[in-house]
Amino acid sequence: MTDSSTVLWMSGNEAIALAAYEAGVKVASGYPGTPSTEIMENLSRYEGVYTEWAPNEKVGLEVAIGASFAGVRALATMKHVGVNVAADPLFTASYTGGRGGLVVLTADDPEMHSSQNEQDNRNYAYAAKLPMLEPSDPSEAKTLLKEAFELSERLDTPVLFRITTRVAHVKGVVSKGEMMTSAATCGIEKMPAKFVMLPGNARNRRKVVEERMGELRKIAETDEYNRVEAGDRKRGFITGGVSYLYVKEAFPEATVLKLGMSWPLPEEKIKAFAATVDELFVVEELDPFLEHHIKAMGVACHGKDCIPNQGELNTAIVRKAIDPGSAPKLFSAPDLPMRPPNMCAGCPHRGVFYNLSRMKDIFVSGDIGCYTLGFLPPLSAMDSCVCMGASVTIAHGMAKALGAAGKGKLVSVIGDSTFIHSGITGLINSVYNNSASVLIILDNRITAMTGQQNNPASGCNIKGEPANSIDLEELCRAVGVKHVDEVNPHDISACKTALKTALDRDEMSVLISRAPCVLIPEMKKAQHIPYLTTTENCSGCRSCVQLGCPAISWTPLTPEEAEALGYKKKQKGFAVITEVQCNGCGQCAALCKFEAINRKGE
Amino acid sequence: MGAIGNILFSGVGGQGILLASEITAYALLSAGYDAKKSEVHGMAQRGGSVTAQLRYGEKVYSPLIEPGKADILVSFEMMEAARYLPYLHKESKVIVNTQQIKPPSVAMGQVAYPLDVLDAITSQGIQVVTVAAFDIARDVGEVKAANVVMVGAMSNFLPMAAEVYEEIINTRVPERFREVNIKAFRAGRQTSS
Repeated sequence: MTDSSTVLWMSGNEAIALAAYEAGVKVASGYPGTPSTEIMENLSRYEGVYTEWAPNEKVGLEVAIGASFAGVRALATMKHVGVNVAADPLFTASYTGGRGGLVVLTADDPEMHSSQNEQDNRNYAYAAKLPMLEPSDPSEAKTLLKEAFELSERLDTPVLFRITTRVAHVKGVVSKGEMMTSAATCGIEKMPAKFVMLPGNARNRRKVVEERMGELRKIAETDEYNRVEAGDRKRGFITGGVSYLYVKEAFPEATVLKLGMSWPLPEEKIKAFAATVDELFVVEELDPFLEHHIKAMGVACHGKDCIPNQGELNTAIVRKAIDPGSAPKLFSAPDLPMRPPNMCAGCPHRGVFYNLSRMKDIFVSGDIGCYTLGFLPPLSAMDSCVCMGASVTIAHGMAKALGAAGKGKLVSVIGDSTFIHSGITGLINSVYNNSASVLIILDNRITAMTGQQNNPASGCNIKGEPANSIDLEELCRAVGVKHVDEVNPHDISACKTALKTALDRDEMSVLISRAPCVLIPEMKKAQHIPYLTTTENCSGCRSCVQLGCPAISWTPLTPEEAEALGYKKKQKGFAVITEVQCNGCGQCAALCKFEAINRKGE
Repeated sequence: MGAIGNILFSGVGGQGILLASEITAYALLSAGYDAKKSEVHGMAQRGGSVTAQLRYGEKVYSPLIEPGKADILVSFEMMEAARYLPYLHKESKVIVNTQQIKPPSVAMGQVAYPLDVLDAITSQGIQVVTVAAFDIARDVGEVKAANVVMVGAMSNFLPMAAEVYEEIINTRVPERFREVNIKAFRAGRQTSS
């Protein structure tokens, strides 16, 4: 039972921000990415911590490494795929270590709630030879993050801290803790043998890394991160992260070895635990990471022979995997129309994708952001989506492969934030290596999908204070693009003309689609004058419906109903705009040839 | 391990499910329970189906409700209630906002909205309470308060007194929305008591 007067109710991400503050973190840098974003957002509200949105995860981690070199505690946050971007500094920071404690937080997304893959970043701990701590819930996240900074300074190592969606976006009870300070002193200290990773120095540091792993193994054996919870020994479970919670609910009577440190593993402790149980189960989400290393110790166990290696686990999945007969009989849901996510009413991206959907034979290489929803019907105007920045580069690769057959057919689409993240290097390549395609930069002023974070093109920093705003047009011209045009995406016909002109060129063209996200605060505050339908004028042509705007819906009619309403008998229905949902963008009005859609009051 | 209560909130991104589940969570915490709540952010919030899963008891481990174990389902949209039928058991209480939000295939006219969708739940003998939360919220002066109307309707199935929820609204909701949310809560609480 809890005492409501002293407890805090926090998400894992809020708890981690509080823990970073209490741990005495002085510099934190990150790039937004679900499910990690709220850590930096929350941390930016604490006094005495410098926080920033970096243009990408590699930059963010390098900033944190720099702060650590200067002798302060530093944190870099990113989603799982962001670690791929930051992997270059990560692997060498393992050699350098730092001065102030350095924690690299990876927020993994099993089940791909909001991601393009579900890679298991525990593998990075093994590959980069770094310790990894992994909490099960917000309360433990808070405790472990503070310990991560202590461990980092004690062993002179960056510490990987892995959470998953069901830690990041789970709320639970946490409590405030003591403020801590770094053992390091802030200042310039030259340590070339440690900080300058030329081969001669790096070979020496390589040895240090192995010695450090030995020390870490000892810590794994004795530290409270890894604890045995006594219970029935018929079945024993080794588990960590959220999987621990599911094991505790599915098999409350069983003994459990709970690993708060996913790497390195406590070999002696694992062997001793295994010897006390009749049957050993390793329960983990995604890869058989623990299982493989435990089997390599010569310990027999069950693992992915029964536990799924794809998607999230939960209590029911764990119980059923181990006791197949235990599955309860469930009611089955009726067949229902799916409800996929959609671009917002008034979203500027819709105008661009509407035009792209009307162009025959083009290939649209997309990117990562809200605009990836341009893939979904009815617009269905995206043909590839791989990773951040891969829109313009894939178009370039296709252009080189297709030669003349690709002329006028290759369009890439990227958001402002993603363009700055890693699109600009691809654009430099397209110009330098001379390919002709059209890059559309959807400049809505914000990093929208993750919840409207500012970026270097927004004109504001993480705290909303004024900051430099990149001139995207000048930037594109500076890298050598000769044709840079700007278009208002809500103006459907101007957008069409601009696209056509750009596709006709034999050189690289950039089209900047410029209109703000409807979810940024000034747009939310603005009084939008909605558009309304004059239904008696509607001819049932469905032009507006084809936009797929959530504010527009179609009412089907039988011939009798159509006649009764004064329509022609053959009219199949009419469109209606839901006034409260309309954000007044006017894209639908431009498509209506029958005066059936007009701005309210006009 | 003592009994765990499971409340599943379902609806459409943008309906205020997070605030509704927050108010409920704070009410449970002030009654002395441990609690955990799982939310969905990111891609799923752009008008898609969303849920919040709230579990409470003496000690809660998993943040996720098991299928067949939801004691209360609060659905902010009519069709979304039926989507989570596999989470229900015979004694579940279902509180449904009868508001209908058309998913893309319905808005495009490809399929019809399943108007008889609640029969799928009631035909299993499960108690369903319908609430015209959108209309009630409009009558109290703010359509966006439909979520708090639903909290009010749901609160009849939990042991805490109305004052507990009202105290939370008074301390946790921005001042300019407090009065209308208190009205919305009271109107909701009257619907099914």
